[in-house]
Amino acid sequence: MKNCEYQQIDPRALGTSNTRTSTTLPCGRKNSQRLRRKWEVFPGNNRFYCDGRVMMGRQCGVLPLTIGLIFITSGLFFTFDCPFLVDRLTVFIPVIGGVLFVFVIMTLLQTSFTDPGILPRALPDEAVDIERQIDNSGSASYRPPPRTKEILINDQVVKLKYCFTCKMFRPPRTSHCSMCDNCVERFDHHCPWVGNCVGKRNYRFFYAFIVSLSFLTSFIFGCVITHLTLRSQGVNGIIQAIQDSPASVAELVICFFSIWSILGLSGFHTYLVASNLTTNEDIKGSWSSKRGEESGNPYTYNNIFTNCCVVLCGPIPPSLIDRRGFLPPDDAPQTVTSDTELPPFMSKNDANMGTKELLQSMALSTVIQSTCTPGTPKTAPVTQESLLRTVSITVSPPNRPPSTGCSGHQAQRPIDVSCSQKGNKRSAHHTHKPMLRVSSPPYSLSHSPLILSDGPDMGFIPLN
Amino acid sequence: MALKILQDLRQAAVTSKVFVQRDYTSGTICKFQTKFPAELESRMDKQQFEETIQTLNNLYAEAEKLGGRSYLEGCLACLTAYTIFLCMETHYEKVLKKIAKYIQEQNEKIYAPLGLLLTDPIERGLRVVEITIFEDRSIGSR
Repeated sequence: MKNCEYQQIDPRALGTSNTRTSTTLPCGRKNSQRLRRKWEVFPGNNRFYCDGRVMMGRQCGVLPLTIGLIFITSGLFFTFDCPFLVDRLTVFIPVIGGVLFVFVIMTLLQTSFTDPGILPRALPDEAVDIERQIDNSGSASYRPPPRTKEILINDQVVKLKYCFTCKMFRPPRTSHCSMCDNCVERFDHHCPWVGNCVGKRNYRFFYAFIVSLSFLTSFIFGCVITHLTLRSQGVNGIIQAIQDSPASVAELVICFFSIWSILGLSGFHTYLVASNLTTNEDIKGSWSSKRGEESGNPYTYNNIFTNCCVVLCGPIPPSLIDRRGFLPPDDAPQTVTSDTELPPFMSKNDANMGTKELLQSMALSTVIQSTCTPGTPKTAPVTQESLLRTVSITVSPPNRPPSTGCSGHQAQRPIDVSCSQKGNKRSAHHTHKPMLRVSSPPYSLSHSPLILSDGPDMGFIPLN
Repeated sequence: MALKILQDLRQAAVTSKVFVQRDYTSGTICKFQTKFPAELESRMDKQQFEETIQTLNNLYAEAEKLGGRSYLEGCLACLTAYTIFLCMETHYEKVLKKIAKYIQEQNEKIYAPLGLLLTDPIERGLRVVEITIFEDRSIGSR
């Protein structure tokens, strides 16, 4: 568990490595001669496999359970029900079942192993620049500088919040996932069943997964009922039929309990897709008209068909985190974390470098050589704002719950709301964690406009 | 010639960096602000800068364009359970390559002689266009 420290980035400290705490990078940087890939130093809570090709959330959650249930139910179906049904009905039953099963597994694996749209953290230079802009905008009065920015999208006012972990203003529809410790674009929710966040890049896989799973579950359910019915007609009633084929009962039970939740979830997400909303926005009520104001979703195309096409068939942007890219040799990861060291970049023999490599190496080498414009020393009287700057709050991250307290399958909205409130309470215990909300006492006075009156958007983990 | 200029730049010290932020007024599409940063006023022409950023914006718009082609790609991908992405490059990736080439060209022809360097936004997670300003030495005379 790492300790998180919030400090204002001091431009003067950027060039030195003494002010930082010891690094937690594995395998000593100075010793390793081989080129390392960027995934090895990724600051978020993610796991990487196959040399960075495959990624998922830190806690795989109940993904093994999901896969296990699907395999077991389908295995029982193919072994015990299909022979009977092929005899009595048609050979297409296992064929359809097989196609659905393969589709389900593939979309599940793609949802779990794809980058959901993680935004890489801001580099130190950028973060300093943004901080400077924030300073400049509010320094006229004693009002502390805002950590939100308001912009107009399609005549709708949208607030952009500043992410303290990633040190940048979050783009619209982006949210910071506390489980994975990343900002994710078009953040929908973090799904423990899938072991990953669902965001811009993998939402369509997730949707395909739940829709195909509903078909598969309904199909198996229907086939098992048919099987038992046909069997009980032939012999001595239903009891004998059940005794002949006990596996069918197991399947029946599993399918019966799953079908309600999965069908409900598919229906809910179909509604979201048709209105171009995310689970996060829907549950927070970002665009519902409250207090009599007319606020609509600025991202919708006001046409169900267009919304569906855009969400499900639109272009998939490539992963922004470049997992398999190589780090320049002897260089540290240039993201802003509390324990990053910034060793000097040794200039390499560039006689043989082509233009592109030169450009790249120049771009990367400027971190250390840059002499940042020294900030004007603050001679203003000590205000809340400067107090804030000098206080560094060391917090330890909360014990991450192994799964959400609510059963993952309940997608009906009243239950969603009660579960999200449970999630709120859990995150409320950790009020000091700056990345969750700016609500600890020194902050609340000066940053009251920032208190997320619409609920935390990172501590919230919807249940499915 | 261009290579020599870039090598010279490499030896030069970095004075500062300018970050051109994203412009979200049209929604979540990738678009950068065309406002001319004050730090570049002494170094380059406003027109040129705006043209570069506008071209970049147009290229990103092309990548994210919703139309027959992207829908076809999406449907085809869905039908093959998205395995087609293992062998095929998406339209977006193709346009990103175009953008990388454009930026390299701009650096070689326009920015490097002025002692500036554009960084491809994809290397900054599409957050900013980073322009590095190098010390104003007489680079061209070496």
